[in-house]
Amino acid sequence: MAVIRDVMPAFELFQPATTDDALALLAKYGSDAWVLAGGLDSFDWLKDRIKRPKVVVDMSQASGLRGIKEVNGGLEIGAMTTLTEVVRHPLVKEHFSLLAEGAELAASPQIRNQGTIGGNVSQDTRCWYYRSGWKCYRAGGNICFADTPTAINREHAILDADRCVAVNPSDSAPALIALDAQMVIRGPGGERVVNAQDYFVGPDINIMRMTVLKPNELLTAIRIPGTWGGAKFYFEKIRDRQVWDFPLVNVAAAMKVSGGKIDQIRIAVNGVAARPLRLTAVESAVIGKPADAATGEMAGKIAIQGAVALRFNAYKIPLLRNLVKRAIGGVQEAAWKS
Amino acid sequence: MPTNKVNVPNYRFIGKNYTTPDMVAKVTGKSKYAEDFRAEGMLFCKLLLSPMPHARVKRIDASKALALPGVKGILTADELPPPAAFITDDGVMIPPDPRAERGLTNEPLYQGEPILAVAAVDEETAAAAIELIEIDFERLPFAVDPLVTLSPGGPNTRNEGNVWVVPPPAPPKPGERPAGPLLPDVKEFKWTDAEYAEYKQGKLPVSKPSMEWSYGDIDAGFKKADLVMDETFVTPNTSDQTLETRTAMAYWQNGKLFVHCSTQSTAQTVPAIARWMSMDTTNVVVISEYTGGGFGSKVTSGIILTVPALLSKKVNAPVMLRISREEEHFLGRARPGLHGRMKAGFTKDGRIVALDMFVVCDGGPYGPQGDANASGRIVSLCYTPENMRWRGINVITNTPPRGPQSQPGGAQGVMIMEPLLSNAARKLGLDQVAIRRINAPSGKAGIGPAIKGKRDHVTSAFVPEALDKGAELFRWNERKNQTKKSGTKARGIGVAVSAYSAGSIGFDGLFVIKPDGKIYVQTGIGNLGTEAMIDCQRVVAEVLGVPWERLEITWGSTAKHLPWSCPSGGSQTIHAMTRAAHAVSMDAKLKLQEIAAMDLGGKPEDYEVGGERVYRKGGGAGMSLAQAAQRAIKLGGKYDGHELPPEIAKMTKASATALAGQGLLAVAKDKYKRDGISNSYVAGFAEVEVDLETGTYRITDYVGVADVGTVIHPRAFGGQMFGRTSLGWGHALAQKWVYDQHYGAPLAKRFYQNRPPTILDVPVSNFKWAAVDIPDPETPVGARGIGEPPVGAGASAVLNALADALGEQIYRRAPVTADIILMALETGKPGDEPLTAHI
Repeated sequence: MAVIRDVMPAFELFQPATTDDALALLAKYGSDAWVLAGGLDSFDWLKDRIKRPKVVVDMSQASGLRGIKEVNGGLEIGAMTTLTEVVRHPLVKEHFSLLAEGAELAASPQIRNQGTIGGNVSQDTRCWYYRSGWKCYRAGGNICFADTPTAINREHAILDADRCVAVNPSDSAPALIALDAQMVIRGPGGERVVNAQDYFVGPDINIMRMTVLKPNELLTAIRIPGTWGGAKFYFEKIRDRQVWDFPLVNVAAAMKVSGGKIDQIRIAVNGVAARPLRLTAVESAVIGKPADAATGEMAGKIAIQGAVALRFNAYKIPLLRNLVKRAIGGVQEAAWKS
Repeated sequence: MPTNKVNVPNYRFIGKNYTTPDMVAKVTGKSKYAEDFRAEGMLFCKLLLSPMPHARVKRIDASKALALPGVKGILTADELPPPAAFITDDGVMIPPDPRAERGLTNEPLYQGEPILAVAAVDEETAAAAIELIEIDFERLPFAVDPLVTLSPGGPNTRNEGNVWVVPPPAPPKPGERPAGPLLPDVKEFKWTDAEYAEYKQGKLPVSKPSMEWSYGDIDAGFKKADLVMDETFVTPNTSDQTLETRTAMAYWQNGKLFVHCSTQSTAQTVPAIARWMSMDTTNVVVISEYTGGGFGSKVTSGIILTVPALLSKKVNAPVMLRISREEEHFLGRARPGLHGRMKAGFTKDGRIVALDMFVVCDGGPYGPQGDANASGRIVSLCYTPENMRWRGINVITNTPPRGPQSQPGGAQGVMIMEPLLSNAARKLGLDQVAIRRINAPSGKAGIGPAIKGKRDHVTSAFVPEALDKGAELFRWNERKNQTKKSGTKARGIGVAVSAYSAGSIGFDGLFVIKPDGKIYVQTGIGNLGTEAMIDCQRVVAEVLGVPWERLEITWGSTAKHLPWSCPSGGSQTIHAMTRAAHAVSMDAKLKLQEIAAMDLGGKPEDYEVGGERVYRKGGGAGMSLAQAAQRAIKLGGKYDGHELPPEIAKMTKASATALAGQGLLAVAKDKYKRDGISNSYVAGFAEVEVDLETGTYRITDYVGVADVGTVIHPRAFGGQMFGRTSLGWGHALAQKWVYDQHYGAPLAKRFYQNRPPTILDVPVSNFKWAAVDIPDPETPVGARGIGEPPVGAGASAVLNALADALGEQIYRRAPVTADIILMALETGKPGDEPLTAHI
């Protein structure tokens, strides 16, 4: 049978007003259902007719999932809060600017107005073979098209690849890991809470999914503890275009420095593996050291240990090294006004 | 008989900003593009695209699709009219080409080529029907990289071979017209093992060419040279990516075909459709009021519009074909990438005394493209080498069809030459502006090959003036000495010279002065966003001395009696159609003077036209335009369009005939003399800042100075400078195709993947443009087009600035992305696969 792309097929649309109603729909329709947040990831899949749900559960009317509130010196962000709302929120800007920076570097203003924080962390990979509908491991097949001698894999993984070499493209995810955020998940059995770093899964755990979210579950909120509020933050994203582009590599770090020495640190990177990676080896190596260029150099070298280049992505190794270095030691700016 | 007249300095409208009459509709969303039209009972159709890069359709079973409720019909390649011979308006016979692209095919030559179409009550039904079609293919050999098919033992890209060969036209027999061009032939060509070995070393082998020309004596030139450079450079394939896709809607009434489409030429799309459909031009009506971008890809719309046209006839209902962004990637045309090998000899003072240029054009499946040849012609003009040889091969690849894109071939030629020129200046210790100035075209500079010892020349060139003005605006001499490296940043400056064709001649103007005293201007120019369609008509107000508000402009439908106009491609319009506007205004002026003399006495030349009147010089008797229009109707004959000049085009004659009797009808063909080929020029100056730890860079400053003769509409000119320069920057920054060579499959089909530049990638507030403001001496108001040369200047000035910041060993291809810079900085040498296409 012939294939056609870029025309959205019909589906039955539900717009539940509450999480309970949404969960009931997911329970009822099972694998026929698709959860829709902002639609920026979903509509690509649906228009290309590669994912063919019979039922779409649009969460946009579930008002309880939208908004940001202060909880015990930290924040609780509803999963359906748009990236623009996250970026502009005064408490996010004041205490957790790391997240504001990461979220603001995602996509474009129009996409951030529509795209949600829940969708941004739960989005699928952008591996162009997989997104073209090729039957790879991640799509239930038995090959990785991006890891062949002829494959074009400039944007693929250098770390933790296991058969699949796709990367996670989220810009908010590493910021949330660095802020020690927690993901609040609701399912048929009630609520469970997982640490941000454990929300994401690599192909070694589940080659067909990007997160621990089960098909009958919903991400309802993201909690950021007060712990890292006002810490020293660093976020940087490298991309080919200055807007509307996924990261080649990004880095997010939260540091507490006293007397010039690093007391505590959390650092995470994305675009290098199928899940955003918290760099715990870097963290333990730099604690107690001065937050300077020399420590940064050392941290950068630790970050790339075990990195393996594919045919076209060797540049990601020095890029990751240098971004981690800058996250800790800062950037040596030019004498002229850049 | 009109004569050439250069620039009258005190213009009232020319060179002044104003708001075009289509603007409010555009900014309020009231403008209707092809997709916005609906017709009674209209169906939608969708396309089945080839999943393979080269195959033969063995079997189609559409029974399940046709049984789906709402499906109204199917169209396959078997139902298309066979390729037919075509006679141009000049009487030249173009023979039928069995290898030409058609709307649908049974032998797809690239992944994404349309095979069949299904019409249904809506798009969802049509798409669902496509998925019900059983189709079997026989796989055929393919290559998506031009150098793979040239390699010894490499696959052929068409069944008969892999390169285009155009036989030279037969010399005309005494007393006969020259014959039309002969059909291009396909031949097989492979490198020798030695050539292949050179390719594996990262150099483009200079193999046997299929095209060749020269002038002077390059061997003698190289003997004179103090420095000889030999470099390979690869330019990217880039989709034209118009924001409006090539959607079309068609219906039939009384044997006439009506097509709503997106085109760069309302008038010239009529004969194109007639040729594709094997119909008479009088039975084709084109409606295209607004076009959402063309860049050369919609010069006469696109052949895909024959699909809704034929389906509409078959199912007896209007049919709309909306082209999706994915389909536009396949059908929307692209600039062919050129692989260039350039050997150049310089004297100590930087003069180019010999240039030996060899290019391989990645031409897609249909062709051959003119880009390869144009690259050599433009290099010969921009850098005026004393002796030059150009050679090339037009290679067929199983990738989407190419077509013109702003400065086709010229941009690639400039991008191949400029890095070499910059490296030569460094080796010779010369200033980058100075080496371009010493080689810059000036006056009636030569262009292209010598034929029987004689070269063509341009109408005028003022490139030294453009370089001087640009260097001053950019503060080149001051910046030359600025610190290049500090902290983790490096910065550099670059300059580049660019040129391209900028005007054709011989088109018609047509308007009627009606008894309400207003001037009703008809135009067949396409409205693709450059505003040239309207800007040209400023000349009418200027010559007749009437307020701009007294002009009513009719465009966008050939049912509205439009004259034969140039296509808005190759930056012809502002040159060609200001000439036509001038010619028709002079015709009106003469008719007004004659009418006044008839009624009020004296001779025609005793009368002046201005202030909406024709009046006796020095004051006295006169009449208003409204009165003159009434008199013209009474007089009849040539005054109201009942007698027409014999030289105007067929379409103009039909339109003028339809408008006859409504007032004073002015109609004329541009017969002004022109000595030379019209070209325009840009000198571009860029500064970049590079982050040495990430390989990313920003364009921090840019100055573009254009030599375009008289600027008709400064704001539109500035828009073109910024837009086309941005298009060029995209070629340096990130825009490209990506293919998996093993599967022949495109991987970057969406904007976020193939990365045209965005507004945040370009220096919006640090972009300066200027013009040298010297009128071209070979055209009445001195204006040439601006749509092409900013591209090559934009791309190359940035590439040169990068080399200034980082050194020569950074890149050997474009675009230059962060990975290329970072790896070059890490390893000290350019990337490992400089010649592999589409990575």
